[in-house]
Amino acid sequence: MYIIIAGGGKVGYYLAKELLADGHEILVIEKDPRQVMQLSAELGEGAVMRGMADETATMERAGGSRADLVIAVTGEDEDNLVICQVARLRFKVARTIARVNNPQNEELFHRLGINITVSSTRLILSLIEQELPSRPFIPLVKLRSIGMEIVELALLANSPLIGKKLRDINLPPGSTVSLIIRDEQTVVPTSETVMKIGDKLIGFTPIAVEGQVEQAVRQ
Amino acid sequence: MRIVIMGCGRVGAHLANTLHRDHEITIIDRSPIAFERLSPDFSGRTVLGAGDDPDVLVQAGIREADVYCALTNRDNTNIMGSEMARELFHVPRVITRIYDYDREDTYHHLGLETICPTRESVRILEAMVTP
Repeated sequence: MYIIIAGGGKVGYYLAKELLADGHEILVIEKDPRQVMQLSAELGEGAVMRGMADETATMERAGGSRADLVIAVTGEDEDNLVICQVARLRFKVARTIARVNNPQNEELFHRLGINITVSSTRLILSLIEQELPSRPFIPLVKLRSIGMEIVELALLANSPLIGKKLRDINLPPGSTVSLIIRDEQTVVPTSETVMKIGDKLIGFTPIAVEGQVEQAVRQ
Repeated sequence: MRIVIMGCGRVGAHLANTLHRDHEITIIDRSPIAFERLSPDFSGRTVLGAGDDPDVLVQAGIREADVYCALTNRDNTNIMGSEMARELFHVPRVITRIYDYDREDTYHHLGLETICPTRESVRILEAMVTP
């Protein structure tokens, strides 16, 4: 694949290195001339170009119209948004991925047609939430293309689910429990499995009914 | 009308100073010093923060706004602020300043109401030098 990476900071650099090793054709676009020199020395001349990736002229020089994928990983959300939109609208790039710093911006980016957003802030937050006790509901990963989400439900002492069999738990339609973590061991649940205090349930739920799942464990 | 202006630079401040007697103006800027450009009798509201942050926009009353003008000196900030105002808060009228005429073209086609000072200046200059 021909992949254009906009932004040659740490994320852009390591991403380029990994993707080059996987045999892809990579071009990193970076505005800072000193950064460009450093990147060329490490990734090779042909893999780096100096320019502003949100400008049509730069994208033209980069051969934007033959790119299979554009990944925007600069430090600014607004730049990443515009880079992806210009790539999509002017250069008909089929897939665009944007790094999002403010997790609140993810929804806007999706509405505007950016295929995938990656928010390191949200990832770190969800990792921290997993480590914190007394959080009964933790969203883990969103699978946007199918509208599903992987979630973790922690059964605290006051949870209404304690003592119930899996088949008696009222989860919204489309939601399933796939795995139970009990005393650091994994248990693949059947409909007869009884819930215990301290259990962590890993499951799938449609993003649209996330709130109902959270209600079910909290009540 | 309720008008939210992002960016209290020369244009943003002057617009606010011009409109504040007849309209309800809220002006947003990241820098407190920028608000010194407002006239001493400015009767509108100032909000400190980034105008493309949804929390700041809500604080500025974007939900009730009739018009949103994006007038910072960064094209991409104006574009993202405007798309937010339009897509997330459904502001009826959104006006975006974009200096880069190529980019203005793209977003104009995407349905944003845009102003490109570069294009306008060139148009006026052209008329002046080639009468």
